[in-house]
Amino acid sequence: MTRNVSICAMAQIKNQPAIWQHRFQGMLMECFESIMEQTQVTFDMDTGLRNVVTCSDDVFDARTISDAAVTDVVGAHFRGEEKVAQDGISALGYAMACILSGHDDLILVMGHCKESQSESRNMCTNLSFDPFYSRPLGLDYLNAAAFQARAYMEETGLTDAHLADIVVRSRQNGAHTRHARENEQVTAKEVMASPLVADPIRQMHHYPVTDWAVGFLLCCEERAHEFTDNPVRLTGFGSCMDSYFLGDRDLTAHFALKKACARAYTMAGITDPEKELDLVELNDACAYQLPLWAEGIGITGKARGPKWMEAGGMDKHHVNLSGGMLNGNPLMLGGLARAAYGFTQLQGTAGINQVTGLQRALAHGTTGAAGQHHAVLILEK
Amino acid sequence: MKNSEESDSYIIHGKLALPYTYFAGRTGSTFLTTLRDQRIIMGVKCTACNRVFVPPRQTCERCMADIRSQWVTVESQGKVVNHTVIRYQDKHLPRKPPFVLAMILLNGADTPMTHILEGVNPDRVVKGMEVAAVFSPATTNTLLDIDHFEPVAEPP
Repeated sequence: MTRNVSICAMAQIKNQPAIWQHRFQGMLMECFESIMEQTQVTFDMDTGLRNVVTCSDDVFDARTISDAAVTDVVGAHFRGEEKVAQDGISALGYAMACILSGHDDLILVMGHCKESQSESRNMCTNLSFDPFYSRPLGLDYLNAAAFQARAYMEETGLTDAHLADIVVRSRQNGAHTRHARENEQVTAKEVMASPLVADPIRQMHHYPVTDWAVGFLLCCEERAHEFTDNPVRLTGFGSCMDSYFLGDRDLTAHFALKKACARAYTMAGITDPEKELDLVELNDACAYQLPLWAEGIGITGKARGPKWMEAGGMDKHHVNLSGGMLNGNPLMLGGLARAAYGFTQLQGTAGINQVTGLQRALAHGTTGAAGQHHAVLILEK
Repeated sequence: MKNSEESDSYIIHGKLALPYTYFAGRTGSTFLTTLRDQRIIMGVKCTACNRVFVPPRQTCERCMADIRSQWVTVESQGKVVNHTVIRYQDKHLPRKPPFVLAMILLNGADTPMTHILEGVNPDRVVKGMEVAAVFSPATTNTLLDIDHFEPVAEPP
């Protein structure tokens, strides 16, 4: 590997339940203008932006080739533009590959998702299932997650009380995170009294409908000083796609997450994730996923999630100090939100929850039902 | 956000509703037409790893073996290995809530299939429960020719 990659700037709007008074183009525009202002990056074809990677979803945007609707506001006209239609953390991986390969020096990554536009988020995710064996049964990401939650709780003894603790902590941390969705603070008792939606998942165990947009400017390390004096390096990325059918998978085996981590850890030179990761951001669309994914990335052992929680693992390993996806980020952008928070922590601008002496963070994203696809990004000071 | 004032903010109501036809694939066609015409659930067996896949597919993803001709009949009876009680209402759901979606390992299969479970109080569903397919009275030409599953024995 002859090159290194840095994030030079990140810009985001606030995560909100419904940004009805702005089009998603307007949401992106605000991020885009902030990146221009922060970095003074230009569109000069010799020294400026020549390639943009976007992340969006056709069904959430209710138009196919959803990127075509945003290329003008993200400065992609008359240059290269590629779209990632899965969790946007893969857009960061893709942008990294563009730079590492020498294809370009500078890549803009822009992602948006406005979950509030559709009448039903579950109807959107139902469309991700095949029309023959799965879609007619009403499978969606929520009820598919319920199968995984039950399997995990049966295997490990994770209880409703553990899940309540995760929700309470998520909302407390979310309240300390700039741009996080504003949610009511709740007690464990209130979480345990919230209605079951797909047993064993309760309403408060599932992330709320959220709208958001974010942008990142990535650059080869040798030119990063042109755009920032506080870059954050990207030193590892890995991804893996598990089997499609839920019945083909062992829902608690971490098959894809372990493979994604192995690739990212090898690239970043990590041999002991439990000791070498200072901050961890996991894409927990549902509360049970926080300990499940913690096992998968290797900061605790297989089926040890509940014990790890009881021993203070979440705080010890600085897991989801942002509030996590559970506090509210839209689908498609869960992993980008994790990376955005890791970036602010490594820049030292995370506010009340700032960790001192931070060197290395992991950001995680998932795509598909019950974590079919996992991607892991390593960020370093 | 900047410019977050709400004057001159008009909401358009729209809807995407586009009929499609989907080719079920040759393996899927055999599965669906056999289900429709004979009320038999078919799987395919990988001769390399001996796993029987339901629903069927033409390649074993682990062994990369071509298994499209390795048809086996599985029983229309099996065990619940996982389930959820759906308590929210939505247009894509096949039943009004509360109803049960279960992962059912049919006898003779190695991969559980997901389907609707009826004939039992949703709060009484347990892992290992023996269930059998109830076929729809008239064909739907889809997987829903299995209308649902229900317990073989009276629940306790």
